[in-house]
Amino acid sequence: MTNLLFLIPAALFLGLLGLGAFLWSLKADQYDDLDGEAERILHDDPI
Amino acid sequence: MTVALPLGAEELRLATHREADGGARLRLAVPGMNCGGCVAKIESVVRAIPGIADARANLTRKSLTVGWQGAQTDEAALVAALRGAGFDAFPLDAEETDVLDGAERRDLVTRMAVAGFASANVMLLSVSVWAGADDATRDLLHWISALIAIPAVAYAGRPFFASALRALRAGRLNMDAPISLAVILAVAVSLAEVLRGGADAYFDAAVMLLFLLLIGRWLDRTMRDQARSAARALGRMVPRGAWILDDTGAQQYRAAQDVCPGDTVLLRAGERLPVDGVVLSGTGTVDAALVTGESLPVPVTTGMVLDAGILSLDAILTVEATRTGEDTSLAEITRLCAAAEDRKSRLARLADKAASIYAPVVHLVALATFLGWIATGASARDGLLAAVAVLIVTCPCALGLAAPMAQAVASGALFRRGIMLKDGAALERLALVDRVVFDKTGVLTRGALSIMNAEALSDDVLRRATSLAAHSTHPLARSLVTLGETRGLSPLPVDDVREVPGEGLIGKIAGCAMRLGSAAHCGQPDMPSRPGPACCYVEDDAEPVAIHFEDGLRSDAPDVVAALGAAGLKLSLLSGDRAETVARVGGYLGIGEALPNLRPEDKIARVEAWQARGEAVLMVGDGINDAPALSAATVSMAPSSGSDIGRTASDLVFTGENLSAVLNAWRIARRTRRIILQNFALAAGYNAIAIPVAALGYAGPLVAAIAMSSSSLLVTLNALRLSGRTA
Repeated sequence: MTNLLFLIPAALFLGLLGLGAFLWSLKADQYDDLDGEAERILHDDPI
Repeated sequence: MTVALPLGAEELRLATHREADGGARLRLAVPGMNCGGCVAKIESVVRAIPGIADARANLTRKSLTVGWQGAQTDEAALVAALRGAGFDAFPLDAEETDVLDGAERRDLVTRMAVAGFASANVMLLSVSVWAGADDATRDLLHWISALIAIPAVAYAGRPFFASALRALRAGRLNMDAPISLAVILAVAVSLAEVLRGGADAYFDAAVMLLFLLLIGRWLDRTMRDQARSAARALGRMVPRGAWILDDTGAQQYRAAQDVCPGDTVLLRAGERLPVDGVVLSGTGTVDAALVTGESLPVPVTTGMVLDAGILSLDAILTVEATRTGEDTSLAEITRLCAAAEDRKSRLARLADKAASIYAPVVHLVALATFLGWIATGASARDGLLAAVAVLIVTCPCALGLAAPMAQAVASGALFRRGIMLKDGAALERLALVDRVVFDKTGVLTRGALSIMNAEALSDDVLRRATSLAAHSTHPLARSLVTLGETRGLSPLPVDDVREVPGEGLIGKIAGCAMRLGSAAHCGQPDMPSRPGPACCYVEDDAEPVAIHFEDGLRSDAPDVVAALGAAGLKLSLLSGDRAETVARVGGYLGIGEALPNLRPEDKIARVEAWQARGEAVLMVGDGINDAPALSAATVSMAPSSGSDIGRTASDLVFTGENLSAVLNAWRIARRTRRIILQNFALAAGYNAIAIPVAALGYAGPLVAAIAMSSSSLLVTLNALRLSGRTA
């Protein structure tokens, strides 16, 4: 049962990492224009 | 005929946001941005303008943000460059920008993410407990669950707690009351269990409930914001300012609210009047289609009274402002709309109706469970646990998702058909409509003049006439140009073009003098007359050619009206146009009740009279004069070509040329209502099984979690059926 002492904090840490990454990407306006971003990859010139 | 407002540099400067470091930002709505190619084109066009530091187009919101340093950049050149590339652009004001940025939506997503994180982790720990962890391990897992769940619930549950509190303060019970009670009680009882080392903790149920409900709430919000921003970005019809002539004859641009009665306003061709006024000088014609429903251009005479929102077609007028700001006829109409909105907002939504039955029943059953356990000699703890199980298992999340899920899917289906829905509740009202009321100009008719005797015009004559017509913004000239384009005629160069306001055009092609305009303008006062507007084209000594116009019906109007009639709906036509035109259109379409010459007050009175008889009225209108009736009607639709005040007052806005949008929207609304009712029935059926199980104490945390997620899934899948078939 001692491995729980590592595994639970590790699971929580990874979960928090994911949550933090999502909140950061949300704040950085990455979900602002989903249609536009999908099209931009087709543009020739680098933007 | 709705002509987009040409933007003055002054108006754009008002909309530009200056930053402290000397930078400037301007946000523009670009309604024509529809594809990835448009994004690239728009950005490259704007970046090519000297001085522009940054340009970023947003395809989802059809908006463009432009940034630059210093004051040397010309905003008008920016808009002109966009127009040159084929895109109309309008500045967005602060309120519109707020909707676009969706602060509330972002807040909901943040809470949703936190609830999602918490429910995933707590569920992970709960699975270990269900798998058979006991004693110290179970207590440890419960403690960790509590440490995650309690802060998560406190944060993610705020929108529900706040809304429930507001409803309770107002003496009502809404859906959020049982949700809040279930979540708070579940957390509190679980915490008590953990403190005494018990086996039953409902942390997973509490956070998952919030997660699922936040999804529903966010869907609802996104749908509303999307439709609202799309509807607003279509273009604005009422200008924010006007040119004022002072005593010395100097011109000065002033914001509309700063114009005072007595000021002299200069109204140029193609501009809309922002105030009510009396014509001091000038001749020509104005377009009142959006203001009164009058389909033909109106000649202007000195001393004539003009309402705010009128568009000058070819006249350069000086107008003495009589009523400004809050006193204009336009502001009066806005007030009528607000009052009507207020009355309408009292209509209960289906979900609220369901909640008003559901909430007391669930609370009573939970209370009865608790008392029942006590009465049979069980401990208060066992009674409380059973009561909490009842509250959680009665699937408030299925109920909370039932309506928004169906409405969000329906809204997507409508969006793909070019119909924008502002509020899910409007779909519920649309499904119950008994009477459809149409406006004529711009709704049943296209609002654009078409040429009746097109076949009689030879390509050669048409090419010369359209070459001349291309030099004017008059609607008759515009529709001539459109006809020329559809026949693929390229315009010829014209010399010495002159436009005589209110009369017509004069010009020369290859030395041959020609005139296009009124019969008198062409020197043919005895031209054969037909009903409706006409113009005459003559060159040198050749035989004059008469061109007749009509405001043509939308091509599918007869079919749509017939289909709605066949479905058992009562049909009416309320128009501000003249009696003979209205009677002709009503007769042709088979609408028995066709009333002409109605003012905005008359229209709203008619609509309210029908409603007083217990009818649910769908109003389809576009003009400023329809706006109060649109607000008052049970549910309303406007074409995107209509006035902005009409669109704002409407629950649904449709784009495109086809009136079939009305029929489609009605059919989808009826299917949505059926699905929502099915969802409620599903939830009720679930409860019929789940409540006895939970009340008797057989529903532990595991059963509660399964019941909740499976009922939510079922409701969601049922709602997704709406997106498939075409209407």
